[in-house]
Parts: sequence; C-alpha cells; structure tokens
Amino acid sequence: MKNLNRHLSRRHVLALGASAGLIGAVSPLRSAWAATSASQKRLVVVFLRGAVDGLNVLVPHGEEAYYLARPTIAVARPGADHGAIDLDGHFGLHPSLAALKPLWDEGSLAFVPASGSPDDTRSHFDAQDYMESGTPGRKVTADGWMNRLLAQLPGDPSPTRGLSFGPTLPRIFAGRESVANIPLGRAAAAQIPLDRPLINAAFDKLYTGQDAMSAAYQEGIAAHKQVMSDLTTEMKEADNGAPSSQGFPEDTQHLAQLIAQTPSIALGFFALGGWDTHVNQGAGEGQLAQRLAPLAEGLTGLVKSLGPAYRDTVIVVISEFGRTAHENGNRGTDHGHGNVMWVMGGPVKGGKIYGDWPGLDKDQLYEGRDLAVTTDFRSVIQTLLTGHMGLTQTQAALVLPGAPAAPSVSALI
Amino acid sequence: MNDLAFARHVSDRLGYGPRPGDLDDILHAGADRWIAQQLRPQNISLPKDLSARLADLSGLAITPGEALRTYGPQAARDGEGKPDPEKVKALRQEARFIPAQGVEARLVRAVESPRQLEETLVDFWFNHFNVFAAKGLDALWITSYEQEAIRPHVLGNFRDLVGATARHPAMLFYLDNWQNSAPGSAGAKGAFKGLNENYARELMELHTLGVDGGYTQADVIALARILTGWGFGGRGGGGAGGIRPLRDTMHLRERLKPAADAHNAGRFAFTEARHDFADKIFLDHTIKGHGEREGEEALDILAHHPATARHISFKLAQYYLADEPDAATVAAMTETFQKTKGDIRAVLTTLFASAAFRDPAQFGAKFKTPMRYAVSAVRSTGVPFRNFRPLFGVLTQLGQPIYGCLTPDGYKCTEAAWLNADAMTRRITFAVALAAGRLPLGSDPPDRPIAVKRPERMADRMAQRLDAAAAGAPPEPAVNAETLRTTLGDLFSDTTRAAIAETQPELRASLMLGSPEFMRC
Repeated sequence: MKNLNRHLSRRHVLALGASAGLIGAVSPLRSAWAATSASQKRLVVVFLRGAVDGLNVLVPHGEEAYYLARPTIAVARPGADHGAIDLDGHFGLHPSLAALKPLWDEGSLAFVPASGSPDDTRSHFDAQDYMESGTPGRKVTADGWMNRLLAQLPGDPSPTRGLSFGPTLPRIFAGRESVANIPLGRAAAAQIPLDRPLINAAFDKLYTGQDAMSAAYQEGIAAHKQVMSDLTTEMKEADNGAPSSQGFPEDTQHLAQLIAQTPSIALGFFALGGWDTHVNQGAGEGQLAQRLAPLAEGLTGLVKSLGPAYRDTVIVVISEFGRTAHENGNRGTDHGHGNVMWVMGGPVKGGKIYGDWPGLDKDQLYEGRDLAVTTDFRSVIQTLLTGHMGLTQTQAALVLPGAPAAPSVSALI
Repeated sequence: MNDLAFARHVSDRLGYGPRPGDLDDILHAGADRWIAQQLRPQNISLPKDLSARLADLSGLAITPGEALRTYGPQAARDGEGKPDPEKVKALRQEARFIPAQGVEARLVRAVESPRQLEETLVDFWFNHFNVFAAKGLDALWITSYEQEAIRPHVLGNFRDLVGATARHPAMLFYLDNWQNSAPGSAGAKGAFKGLNENYARELMELHTLGVDGGYTQADVIALARILTGWGFGGRGGGGAGGIRPLRDTMHLRERLKPAADAHNAGRFAFTEARHDFADKIFLDHTIKGHGEREGEEALDILAHHPATARHISFKLAQYYLADEPDAATVAAMTETFQKTKGDIRAVLTTLFASAAFRDPAQFGAKFKTPMRYAVSAVRSTGVPFRNFRPLFGVLTQLGQPIYGCLTPDGYKCTEAAWLNADAMTRRITFAVALAAGRLPLGSDPPDRPIAVKRPERMADRMAQRLDAAAAGAPPEPAVNAETLRTTLGDLFSDTTRAAIAETQPELRASLMLGSPEFMRC
C-alpha cells in the first residue's frame, strides 16, 4: 500500500463523483422497476470460494503490465478473438461475462477493483473465514456478518428472512438469528414425511426445547412449508422426471421464485466453488471461462426473474482474495491479495468502476506479486447496508465493526 | 460411571455406533479392553462375508499405473496414435467402477467391519489429506489413494502417513505439484516452466503445521522449490512432452506422448531436469540442493515440528472428543506425539485414557456428522447391507458425499458445520424411510456403477424415492422398535421416551432414529 502514494501520477483514479449521464436510455427493465412500489430491501451475496482470478474477471486491458505479467493467460484486448468486452477504455469484462454487459450499460452493474481484506493471509480457509465473520484478523468471532445483519433489520424475524442455498449453513450466516437453508436442485421441491400431520406431530414433541437442535428443527419445518407453498404446482410438475439440472442458474431461478412469493426474504446467500486455478486457467477461453459462463447466466437469470423486485435488490459477488498478478509456471495463478467485487442491482449507481486502482507495475504490487487492496471489502458492504438496507451508521458498525470509511465507494448506491 | 453409558460412548466415538448385540459385547469384554482391541485392528478378524465382498471389488486393487494405462488418455488412441473421441468417452464411462467401488468399499466397511476405529480413522485421515474424485485423473486414482496411502497408516507413524500421501499421484495431481518446476531449469518448458505453490502451502497449512504454525510466504516458496520435480511418470521425458495441464481428459489425451516412460506411468517419479538444485532456507533449516531427497528432508522437518504435533493432536481430539477439546488433553496428546515421534496409536491411547474422554458430560455431546449419522442409523437397524446406494444418496443430500469434497481441507466434524435447518428435516426424512423398511439396502445393487463425480444425481433420485415413500410395499421389513431400543442401549431422555410411548407403534423406530439423542454421539 505504501507504494500507492509514490505513484499518484500514474494511478488510475476512478469514480470520484457520480456521472449521471451514464444512465441514459430507459431500458424495459428500468420501466418495470418504476412500476412497483417500495418493498422489502434485499441483499444477495454470491461467494466465489477458492479465490477467483479477479484480474481475468475485470480485465485491466489498458495496462501494459497486465499483458507482460500474463504471457499465456491474459484476456486479449477488446476487439481481438475472445478478447475483453470494453467497459471504460481501461477495464473490460471477461468474454464469458458478456451477458452482464447490458446491465453495465443500463447502469445497474458496478465493480470495485483492488478490493479485499486488510488481512493478508493467503490461506483460503482463513481468508474466507474472515470475510464471512466480517472481522479480518480476528479468529474468535463466533457469528457471521449476515447473521448480525439479520438482527439489525426492521420487521419481525421469520425463518425465511435469511436464505442460504446448499446442504450446509455457511459461516457468514452463523449466529443467533434463524436462517433457513434450502436444498439445491430438485430436492427442494420434494415432499417429505414431515409433511404428513401424524408424523409431524410425533416429531414436534421431540423438538420443543430452546436448544440448537430444536431451533434448527423448527426452522427446517417452517422453511420447508414456505418453500412448498411457494413453488407452484407447475414448477413441481415440470421438475418431476426432468433430467437432473443442478447448477447456479437453476438455483438463482429458485431464489427469484421464492422472492416473488415471499415478501419477507431479505438476505440470500450462494457459494460457488472451483475457482482455485493454479493450473491451466485459460484466458478468453478455457477453465476459468467455463466457470464464469454459468455464473453470468445465473446472475442475469436472477435479474430477469426478479423482475420488478430487482429494483429493491442488490447482488454482490465476492471472493476471499485475488490471485497473483503474474501467471505461475503452469499457466495458472497462485494465491494473491486484492480482488474485484461485483455490485449489481436496481439501487446501484452502476456503469462505473469504483475505488482506487493501484496499478500492476512491479513496485505497485503488494509484496511485489499481488494486486494491492485499496478498498476494504467491509467498506463496500457497509455502503450497501446504509445506502440500501436502511441501516444507520451505528447499526452498520454492529454488523461490520471497524470498517473504515471509504469515500471512493460512497456513491455506489 | 455407568458401564452401559460408557459402552455406548466408546461405540459411538471410536466407531459408528452399535449394531445389534454390540453393546453387550463391549460390556462383556470391558470397554477398556474393547478400546485396546480397536487400537490393534490387525488382531480383529474380518467376517468371511465382508472379506469375500471386498475381494470381489476389483477396483480396489488397481494401481494408478494400471488405471492410467488401461483407461487413461493413452489408451484412447486409435491405430495411428491419434485421439479417438468415442473411445475417450467409452473409457471414461468404463472407468467409473474404480471410484464407485472405492465408495462402496468405504461404506460397506463402515457398516460391517468390526474394526470400527480403523474405519473412523480412515474417515478422519482421508479428510485430513483430502483429494477430490472429480478433478481429472483423480477419478482413476482416488481409490488407490485411500487403499495405499491412507489405510495402511491410519494407526501408524505420522511421518509415514504424510510421506505416503506426498508421493501418491492422486495428491501430486490434486494439488498440482506434478507441474511444479524450477524456472529456467532444463526441463522447464511450456506448462511446466515454473513454480506452483499450491501443494507446498497446503502441506504446511493443512497437513502438518497448521495455519498458525509459524511459517512465512518465504517458507511456502522455499518448500515449493524443494518439491520441484516431484511428480509421476507417464508424461514423457523432462516434463516438456506428455501430459500437460488439462481441462478434461480430451486435452490430456491429445497431449500425451505415446509410449513415453510407460513402465513408470502413474507412479511417483522425480524429474531431475525440472528440479531447483540451489540451496534453500526452509523453516530456519538449510536444505542443500541435491534432488529428490530434499523433499524427504522437508517432510522430516514438518512431521517432527512441535506445531505439527499440536495441530494433529487438536484435530484428532476435535474428531473424537469435542468440538472445542479440553486443552489439557490436547497438550497431553501433543506430548505423546513428540515423545513417540508421531506414533498415532500412542496419541490415541493418550486421548482415550484421558479424564476428559471419560467425563460423562461428553457422552452424547457431539453432533454427528452426516457420515456418522447415516452409518450409525444403518448399523443400528441390523439390516443386511447389500446395497450402499441409498446410503451414498443420503450422504450427498446431507452435503458429505464420499470422495466429493472439492477443497483440500476436507469435511469438518463440528456441530457448527453440520447442524442446520435443512439437515434436521433431511435426517428425519431418512430416519422415517429407513425405519419403515423403504430403503432397498438389502437388495442387490444394479450393475451400473454410481457416478461418483456427479453425486447430485444420486441425491436427486434419493429425494424422489423418499418423496414417494408413502406408496407401495416397502422393500425391507420395518425396523422393530423394541429391538432397536435394546441395540442402542435405551439412550433416550424422559421426554423422548414419553413421546415414543404416546406414538403409534409403527412410527416408534422412526422417532428413535430421528430423536435428538440419536443425532448426537
């Protein structure tokens, strides 16, 4: 970080002051938002576990150092075969994320490059833990920041206010507030024996206490009922006997459906793995490209299916740390530091890159090898909490204690 | 201390809980004697049926070399040595029995082996040194990895265990070390042209020292340099030809040089031409640059480091004792580890003899992992276990498919990781189906091997099966509730007993298997 100031003149200074002109033509999507009244504010977090290579997600194609550092895995400049999709003349999107470009164009998608954790661990597991507890460097924090956020939200607690997708409950949602986790794929829509009153009544007697298992049981029943009543008969029938379709696009579709039926859903969480590309990660095509494509499909599908609810929804994509600026000896990248956060949603002042870009020259890199972190991930989330979820500064500080103020992202919402 | 309660405790913790009659056997032998027997599994004979069944699983004995030669990319070439896409597909399909039989053997042994401690230790150590079936060649090698690198050492010496995993091609492939090369070395070309820190980092962070074990980024790089050239044969000389980094087997096949060092294929191989022969400073030791042995020297340093003794002792105590194990017990285990230079049997002896392990407050205090829950449920019913598929399906639904953990840290064993709303309803769904005899555990499984790399398919079929659980006649007899109660040593609280008594008889076994007491061990 100390290098940043010395290179002020070369620094690409971004996003100081919103430029309203970017949001030009009114897209059909935007008119749809305008048609709905104020409703539940929502935050959806997509965690890319394994450290996605942010430099190949938001490609600094305007930077010669990027191409020097990555002779075989750099995403080509815009216009070339499988080249980046230009955003602002300096940065471009990975070609597999082309589906997101319309959201950028209409101003509901923004990026915060060089963001991440102030803790410089290169351990996946510690870094994820810190990003989920919201307390980098502090291991004893018992709960996750999304659970603390639930406690600060107005309105009555309900078992489906916080939803996590997958068979286990992630660290980010650990804590006192109840959270439902929804099975992935078709299992979510299956009838279970507990749907039968006799069986349900018998088991209810076993789980009446205040203990953690009883609470989980009660939440499980409530969430299952909610899910079963929300999924339309049509969807259940369509699922029945269909080939197994599991994946992020199907699950985001499911979330959108639940949100459409359940006004109380405020927080959603997905985790996607497979980003630890130490070997042969590819450039515009290849391994990483193949992982990014369904991610883009899932995100755009979510936006479409949310329809008017997108107006009150912010989706943020995060990952524990970035990867080395230079490719390693195996056409891959090793564990690094700074990454990029993706922020999209109706309330987002998008079509813009936020934060300070430190550059990729050797003396600009953190420890001479990694993109530096100039924006604390907590500052970005905090902006979303106060600007979008309606928390006061005091409340937001309970969710993410010690998050530094970040003028460079304050205009994000 | 109540003898029955302690018998239940040792059966639940050292193993996967009692089968019918097991608690009587433990009481009869004496729990301490039973523990001592479990610590020497070689003296416990396997039932003939089980041995015969394992012997039938030919996939267990296939070496990595055979698997690579028979089903790997080379085998998919046509007469002219060109890749044949149809053949690739067919071979991939054909090779599915290898990981499938690895999964089957694991589950059959967990349910049926009298060497119960050995089985939980395989679960523990496999997770500690996790590899993932769906990563490329590891589908061919993961079964061998369990049989050859993990199983023989679960009660042996830690140095041997970590050494066996370090040299097995499944690990070399999974954490990318096979491509780790000294930049600028003679063999450093193409995709083998430089360092790869992946294995070096996880070897310290996960396998030995632990994340707070005192190493630095400089140590990660030094260890990566030490391990340059550690790989496996079957990729051509010098590392430049042959197998290259792959996206899928198709690419692999295209890039494989035919007949190159075939005798060595799939076996550990050290490629001198890609090794960094400079001296290294690693954890304050100077390692002279002289080749393959450097890696062994580094493994010696790591295996005998005090941080490793602590890290391993803590993890074993977390698995067998408590999510937050008693510090004095971990300290005693650490001391044993250091004194015996990593004798795993000795460390476990210290643990099982500790006051903390015998404290009745610990009995039933741990939330079962999905593996412990599902296997203990099947064991308790005493159903003949012929078909492992429903068990694999429920493990997948619950988030713990065998060989299906993508990340190198393996599955966790704590309540925080596994207790959640969905887990409870799914466990109960499984309990009801099992108790009603609706899971076809006693039928012969279909010939088609399961898709270990796509476990979600099994989970989906499972969901449908449980969904349809109300219709038709069950394939197995329903579980007798009173027999089950005896098998489990009547572990139930007054509340649970009352609820069971008030419920119609045919639901009682379901309630027992879905009870709060049975969720814990």
